Amino acid sequence: MSYEDWFREDRLPHIYCAGCGNGTIINCTLAAIDQMGWKKEETVFVSGIGCSSRAPGYILTDSLHTTHGRALAFATGVKLANPDLNVVVFTGDGDLAAIGGNHFIHACRRNIDLTVVCMNNQIYGMTGGQGSPTTPRGRLSSTTPYGAAETPFDLCELATAAGANYVARWTSYHVRELEKAVKVGLVTPGFSFIEALVQCPTAFGRRNKFRQVIDHVEYLKVHSLLKAKRDRMLENHEQIPEDMYVVGELTRRDRPAMGVKR
Amino acid sequence: MTARVEFWQGNTACAEGALAAGCSFFGGYPITPSTEIAEHMAAKLPKKGGVFIQMEDELASIASIIGASWTGARAMTATSGPGFSLMMENIGYAAMTETPCVVVNVQRGGPSTGQPTMSAQGDMMQVRFGSHGDYAIIALCPATVQEMYELTVKAFNLADKYRVPVFLMADETVGHMREKIIIPDKVERVERKPLVPGTLPFKATDPDLVPGFPQFGTGHHVHVTGLTHDERGYPCATSPKVHGALVQRLVDKIENARDDMADYDIINPDAEQVFVAYGAPVRTVQQVMHDKNDTTVGFLRIRIVWPFPEKALAHFKNARRFLVPEMNLGQIAREIERHVRVPVRSISKLGGELHTPAELIAALEAGQ
Repeated sequence: MSYEDWFREDRLPHIYCAGCGNGTIINCTLAAIDQMGWKKEETVFVSGIGCSSRAPGYILTDSLHTTHGRALAFATGVKLANPDLNVVVFTGDGDLAAIGGNHFIHACRRNIDLTVVCMNNQIYGMTGGQGSPTTPRGRLSSTTPYGAAETPFDLCELATAAGANYVARWTSYHVRELEKAVKVGLVTPGFSFIEALVQCPTAFGRRNKFRQVIDHVEYLKVHSLLKAKRDRMLENHEQIPEDMYVVGELTRRDRPAMGVKR
Repeated sequence: MTARVEFWQGNTACAEGALAAGCSFFGGYPITPSTEIAEHMAAKLPKKGGVFIQMEDELASIASIIGASWTGARAMTATSGPGFSLMMENIGYAAMTETPCVVVNVQRGGPSTGQPTMSAQGDMMQVRFGSHGDYAIIALCPATVQEMYELTVKAFNLADKYRVPVFLMADETVGHMREKIIIPDKVERVERKPLVPGTLPFKATDPDLVPGFPQFGTGHHVHVTGLTHDERGYPCATSPKVHGALVQRLVDKIENARDDMADYDIINPDAEQVFVAYGAPVRTVQQVMHDKNDTTVGFLRIRIVWPFPEKALAHFKNARRFLVPEMNLGQIAREIERHVRVPVRSISKLGGELHTPAELIAALEAGQ
């Protein structure tokens, strides 16, 4: 596939662990970008700190690998100063929802014309497996050795409530759907937020009884609930199980946006 | 057209200087006593085709200007102590990634929330060393409304020339005072040196140790990271050699240029007692110099405090004492002590009020 041209071959090998889901998400994103026909010199990747944020370093465009949590604030500057650039942000659950939470809701509120792909592995992978704001209740991590006691964020509901024009969620199992969702995000003016749940065998799976990588991917698949089905269940006053992830296109609207190409 | 005369507040002069310098992006957050700069930019920048954005906090303000700078924009933010503390993280990022940008700090009393409406110079060491790790920056200190304008223009030129964050370290006194200012027809502009195609984006081949700037959107496909990086810009965080060479170059490109960029005035170089001042205390020293009219009293007025112009002190060959009035507990007095062999008397004043001429004269007479 031609999107392989988008990689920096001289950066290989990459840092991702065997079985990591991030590569899948990067591939889906680049496939969507390739379909857009964007040129490398008019595309900028921005990221913060964490495993997901290393992605721009492997892509052959201008890229800004910034400080922890601040990617969206940097991306806001890039996009507003030159709206002709296509700006895509790679981030993770810790980067986006913990240290970067304030920048996240304000970038959504401003509806800046960015596409943000969040690789949500529900853990701090790079620092060795600490609990994050999306670690599900009861899950084990090095800082939740008795099971996570806090209620996790629903990042998509957060983005919707804060004002993003496009919000979708898929998992590393749903590669075709994810690719299409990223493409819709790239096309949509304003803030597009795509959450991709990913397996992290090294930091999450190892502690949480996913013996094989595929066990975790299977879990994400089985615990995905299509938005359409969720809506039907709600109409029928059925209980939505707490451990299900609602997937699909969750928000699509046309609120006033900032930084749209002139 | 001829130069025009205005009666402006210092903060207005700073904003107008930025506009004259071609600043096209301002990201800011309201904070006393710097807010007038953001308000002025909010009113003026959109009419000039630039971008003003009020960010959610100071962490984001400086992040936004660094992002804007990589698209080639001349970008600025303005703040005061508490906001300046929040900016330390990305000031280090700007230094590490060699991003030109201008940060204005209209200093107020600290620590913490301190005295929002009172004047101070308590951030003079923070501006030099506040972010973690070794690096070097440039800091300018205006003492007049005219200098709020001129040094802002100069800050942009130095930022682009050396690819470094440059700080206008004003204080509440200078930021809020109103006085006559002469606006020049046009101002000098030093452009960023562009990256020569085919050369590495973080390899300095010129004697100034400043690599060419690979502006985003111009096909350089540059990777910018706050991690220790090699000359290609690629992360290389475990090589002692790469880290040592990078950090040493970041410091050397500024420290080696300290004589080239030095900006100070010397009065009565044969004097025995010498005042050294920057920022608002300059005004009190000027009054004392005027009133005493005594050639045995010298005055070194510094406009660029970092890198510190140590050679300026050597002009005072007969000096037996340096007197340093500052609105802090002697931050730059200690720097001066490092460079001279005669006593340095720090004349500290906390609380937000300027030194009075009587206080400086008393210090002078105590040494006679």
